[in-house]
Amino acid sequence: MARLTLTDIRKSYGGTEVLRGIDLTVADGEFLSLVGASGCGKSTLLRIISGLESPDAGKIALDGRDVGSATPKERGVAMVFQDYALYPHMSVAQNMAMPLIMARLPMYARLPGARWLTPNHRGTRSGVAAQVERVARQLRIDHLLDRRPAQLSGGQRQRVALGRALVRDPSLFLMDEPLSNLDAKLRVEVRREIVELHRASGLTFVYVTHDQTEAMTMSDRVALLRDGRLLQVAAPGTLYADPASVEVARFVGTPEISLLPAVAEPGGLRIGTVLAPCAHGLTSGRDVIVGLRPEALAPVGMPALQSPGGRGPRLRLELAVEAVEDLGAEVVIHARLRDFPDLAVRMRSQKTLERTGPVPLPDHLTAEAPLSALLMFDAEGQRLRDPAPVQMAGAQ
Amino acid sequence: MIGGAERLARRQRRLAFALVAPAVLLILVIYVIPMVLVVLTSFTDYSLVSNGFDWIGLENYRHMAEDEQFGNALRNTLVYALVFLPGAFFVPLFLAIAIQSQKRFRSVFEIVYFLPVTSTLTAMALVWSALMDSRQGILNNVLTSAGLPAINFLGSPDVVLYSLAGITLWSIIGFNMVLFLAGLTAIPSSLYDAAEIDGASHPVDRFFKVTWPMLAPTSVFVAVTSSITAFKLFDVVAILTQGKPAHASEVFLYLTFLEGFEYFNMGYSAALSVVFLGVIFLFALVQTLLADRTTHH
Repeated sequence: MARLTLTDIRKSYGGTEVLRGIDLTVADGEFLSLVGASGCGKSTLLRIISGLESPDAGKIALDGRDVGSATPKERGVAMVFQDYALYPHMSVAQNMAMPLIMARLPMYARLPGARWLTPNHRGTRSGVAAQVERVARQLRIDHLLDRRPAQLSGGQRQRVALGRALVRDPSLFLMDEPLSNLDAKLRVEVRREIVELHRASGLTFVYVTHDQTEAMTMSDRVALLRDGRLLQVAAPGTLYADPASVEVARFVGTPEISLLPAVAEPGGLRIGTVLAPCAHGLTSGRDVIVGLRPEALAPVGMPALQSPGGRGPRLRLELAVEAVEDLGAEVVIHARLRDFPDLAVRMRSQKTLERTGPVPLPDHLTAEAPLSALLMFDAEGQRLRDPAPVQMAGAQ
Repeated sequence: MIGGAERLARRQRRLAFALVAPAVLLILVIYVIPMVLVVLTSFTDYSLVSNGFDWIGLENYRHMAEDEQFGNALRNTLVYALVFLPGAFFVPLFLAIAIQSQKRFRSVFEIVYFLPVTSTLTAMALVWSALMDSRQGILNNVLTSAGLPAINFLGSPDVVLYSLAGITLWSIIGFNMVLFLAGLTAIPSSLYDAAEIDGASHPVDRFFKVTWPMLAPTSVFVAVTSSITAFKLFDVVAILTQGKPAHASEVFLYLTFLEGFEYFNMGYSAALSVVFLGVIFLFALVQTLLADRTTHH
């Protein structure tokens, strides 16, 4: 149980700034994902939270208590590593018992062979064994306790690593890309198990991944990192619907958001040759970027695909189709603006229920998006929230 | 009438034999035939100075049991090994761990400790004999100027084996250290991270929970090869002491050499070689068995 507070965390390696001032609070019992491309500093941040690494500047607090100089053991953190980091020379039971042995036995009783020379600690040892067994049963690995890690499958190793972390009631549960070594099917399975584990334990989880799907499906909140800075920290739905910048909008969502350069005009935003008739409150001639999620855009006049939702005035685009991905229940269409082939858009349309077979698509089609679905960014990529793109009366 | 498939199979079999033939020939000529000859010779009274020989069965081996020089050589080898082996194992292990954690100067230390390995031991032995000279040697100069009694490093029967162990240690420490360094480098750093998270942050815990067990295959290799090196001691003895004083530095392999090429008892020398071969074989067996048990990947 712990609330984690990071204040202005900075870290450099040999002149390279890896973390440039991270401020972040993780609530007690929250599941927070740190997401970003490799090299964005997410693993470094996790190591700093764990105490394996110390920051050059900044404060780390657990429940308001400064733990900046505390060891991992003193912080009471548990961590699951990408390669599991199981001790290959120990059995599963010994692996899982490690944190307890370290916490409960004095140094002389931990030395090799001390088991037979320290009968006074027999009680402690059997207590440890009982707890290991309890956690193993909970993770359904109690039949593997005598095996060595080399004799286990990837998924089983993953569970042992989880067990070793769980066995001693940690304050914070840290995970560094724990699923990246598993195959796709197992990954989905373990993903659910970890979420279940989080719910059952009520612990604070910090989860590092480069996979947006993992982050979006598992977390209460997602913290998006890039070049050592936090771009946005928000719930997955918010991150998708209300991104703070073009970078966030592009990182979240598959297929990627369509980004169309536009120019502000008195009557709306001009995208290529089309005028999107929305109010914007911008000075005329200002360059902006318009973002369109793939499902906001839908082909017109195609009974096989569900018609675009939303009400009110619409943005109409004439498109040339480039490629079509039929995913069974839905179709992903890659297209370019007919009069402006530099601009590419992606759209995703659900098939109507009575038509689930292949959908024939013409080379050219008209697509529509409700103006309310447009996301506006300035030329630097920052979100323009105020004024929101409200519909103009009598447009189109 | 031979089918096409059978003809092809036969051709491939012939090719296979042709391809392994050179290797088989080399192994036969270099290893197997000499070994068989040595074993055969050990059953004869063949001598370099007589014409012909007689088969005398196990007489050479029976002689070994009552040969005082044989017992003496075994004892000398054992004493030498007991001094040499701990030094050849623990000093490099300690150095490797100490150097491993160095960020700067690591390569400097590596080179400094490895230098003796690159030099020729026969030449270096002469340098050592100059250093250890009982009268003009620098070592004794240092001892006497510090007010300590001079030591007759190579001339005293009680000291000579320790002196030889010192010289051979000097020459092998760098080599074993590099082996240990390689073993240490192969330990994934995430294991140390995991140990740290589990609360094993004390150096003693780190060593016994991660370093030592993960280093086990390297340790077995170093221990066994060093044992073989100890048992094979010859060149330094041949150059510096020739078994003197009073047979005090007459180790197993040097006795074998003396019997064969100084006393011309080729048959007896061959029997000693067979024993030598047996001991080396035992070491190699231990290494193979332990290597399987200590590897986890």
